[in-house]
Amino acid sequence: MKVLVPVKRVPDTAGEKKIDPNDRTVDRESVESVLCPVNEFAIEEAMRLKEQQDAEVTVLLVGPESAQPVVRKALSYGLDAGVQVVDDAVVGSDALGTAEVLAKALAAEEFDLVIFGNQSTDARTCLVPAAVAEILGLPALTYARHLEIDGDQITVHREHEEGWDVVESSLPAVVSVVEAINEPRYPSFKGIMAAKSKPLEVRSLDDLDVDTSRVGSDNAAAIMYEFRDRPPKEPGTIVEDDGSGAAATQLADWLVEKKFV
Amino acid sequence: MDLTDQQQDLRRAVRELAASFDEDYWLRHDAESAFPWEFYHAFADAGWLGIAIPEEYGGGGLGVLEASLMLEEVAASGAAMNGCSPMHLTIFGLNTVVRHGSQALRAEVLPPAATGELHVCFGVTEPDAGTDTTRISTRAVRDGDEYVLTGRKVWITKAGESQKMLVLTRTTPRDEVDKPTHGLTLFLVDLDDDAVHLTAIPKMGRNAVTSYEVVLDGLRTPAATRVGEEGQGFRILLDGLNPERILLAHEALGIGRAAIRRAVGYARERIVFDRPIGANQGIAFPLAEAVTRLDAAELMARHAAMRYDAGHDVGREANMAKWLCADAGFAAADAAVQTHGGMGYAREFHVERYFREARLMRLAPISQEMVLNYVSQHVLGLPRSY
Repeated sequence: MKVLVPVKRVPDTAGEKKIDPNDRTVDRESVESVLCPVNEFAIEEAMRLKEQQDAEVTVLLVGPESAQPVVRKALSYGLDAGVQVVDDAVVGSDALGTAEVLAKALAAEEFDLVIFGNQSTDARTCLVPAAVAEILGLPALTYARHLEIDGDQITVHREHEEGWDVVESSLPAVVSVVEAINEPRYPSFKGIMAAKSKPLEVRSLDDLDVDTSRVGSDNAAAIMYEFRDRPPKEPGTIVEDDGSGAAATQLADWLVEKKFV
Repeated sequence: MDLTDQQQDLRRAVRELAASFDEDYWLRHDAESAFPWEFYHAFADAGWLGIAIPEEYGGGGLGVLEASLMLEEVAASGAAMNGCSPMHLTIFGLNTVVRHGSQALRAEVLPPAATGELHVCFGVTEPDAGTDTTRISTRAVRDGDEYVLTGRKVWITKAGESQKMLVLTRTTPRDEVDKPTHGLTLFLVDLDDDAVHLTAIPKMGRNAVTSYEVVLDGLRTPAATRVGEEGQGFRILLDGLNPERILLAHEALGIGRAAIRRAVGYARERIVFDRPIGANQGIAFPLAEAVTRLDAAELMARHAAMRYDAGHDVGREANMAKWLCADAGFAAADAAVQTHGGMGYAREFHVERYFREARLMRLAPISQEMVLNYVSQHVLGLPRSY
């Protein structure tokens, strides 16, 4: 079985993110770039398929040359090979443009299963996995909190607000996973050492035959016109206990008013 | 003095793994004198213990710099010595076996050490012979294919968890050799024996890892467990001293980093007289000074590690790194306690634990004063004082 795991380089989730007012993209200089933490769940699921079903796993990243450490980081978990799409024309692509590039890059590989994280921690659109599946004409099994492969059949538990649906399809298919699906491992010492010598192929949009009129900031369907800082947190309500028992009533009223009870 | 991408990757990975054990984990294990098995297994299972063991024996074959970066990150995570000591000896202490052990001994010991299954402790110090190593009184007497070991070792860290001990003995009495450093012999003995008696030593800090007094009461060990030639033990031991100082220097740095992180966090958040206490220069300056000292000490420690790995003699650099890092780490831990005021004395703020452990680094593996003796004699060319 061949599995592909698309990953993304994002600004450190814990860091303070800034948007460059000139081109309205995330300022990548001001904060360390890391492998998107949601991808770690996709990688873990792929590693389990590798261990249990001898799957061959390739990581795929679209991003500039400077993003190569993120591919190596993904490989350090034990994945087999990497593909990186590097092309200046991709800069500023929206979710749809990114999906176009990913779909072409995936189509150039042989695979039975694609495992995405359900969202990236910077943009959080959750659009890309489904868009890629649509472009490739493959079943999309999104928000998976559980995944099972039996022959050429895949079953996932698709998470929603009230629980989950059991969704099945045949392979090949595109899956996106949520963080409830597993507990990602840490890269091992040997994994980090081996990552350097794993095969890594670099492709351009030309190599992949991508229609450049559909990618890049000029061709984005979604445009950011304005942005502003997150509003400061509103101060909470403080209930003072004067010993009369009135505080308990106030607390109860507040809980009712906020519909917690 | 930039680190390579690989060194940075390794360091980041250690940081992430170590961070999965929080400061409360260490507080609890320290308070209960409980060996941190979960932590040890997490690092062993991910292959970290073999980082500096040669690749042919299942290790990573990296140098003292990578091993140092690893232990520094472990210490800085808040694990401090409680996290470093369980791994320290496997990380580099076995280089005496790597360099001087027989083929059979290497093949027996190094692979299980690299995976973390085999724990080894290090027995040099004796109640009546600390730094004056040539006066050790533990005797090893040849008897056919065996040696019979009798004597008393002290401050043997992790003896209770270890299956084997590297032990320095005297095979020829001191008055029968040309030089006092001759006639000493190193063995790697099994501790699971009725002739071995352990007594834990109650101590000030690093209480998750117990140190022991070890009595060898006629322990029989095959001649094949000898490391190197008979009588060459002191010279063999010397090979390991500089890397050990470099490693411990980095561990001391890590403790200082953990203490500063805590102190800065507290100085930002603790409001007194309507403002964070860190706004007061009386609080800020000692921390600024402490981090400045740490950064300077770090340069010497890295320099020593890089030079050692490049094959240079590093007596000067390793000793100075040990002195500077122990000093800077302790100053940082002390400043961190002071920043916390009375709360610095409470266990739940962690800095008292760092303070107790940073204090150890000025004593081990060698006192600050003995380092200055080395520098006086070997760097400045002054007459030997002892």
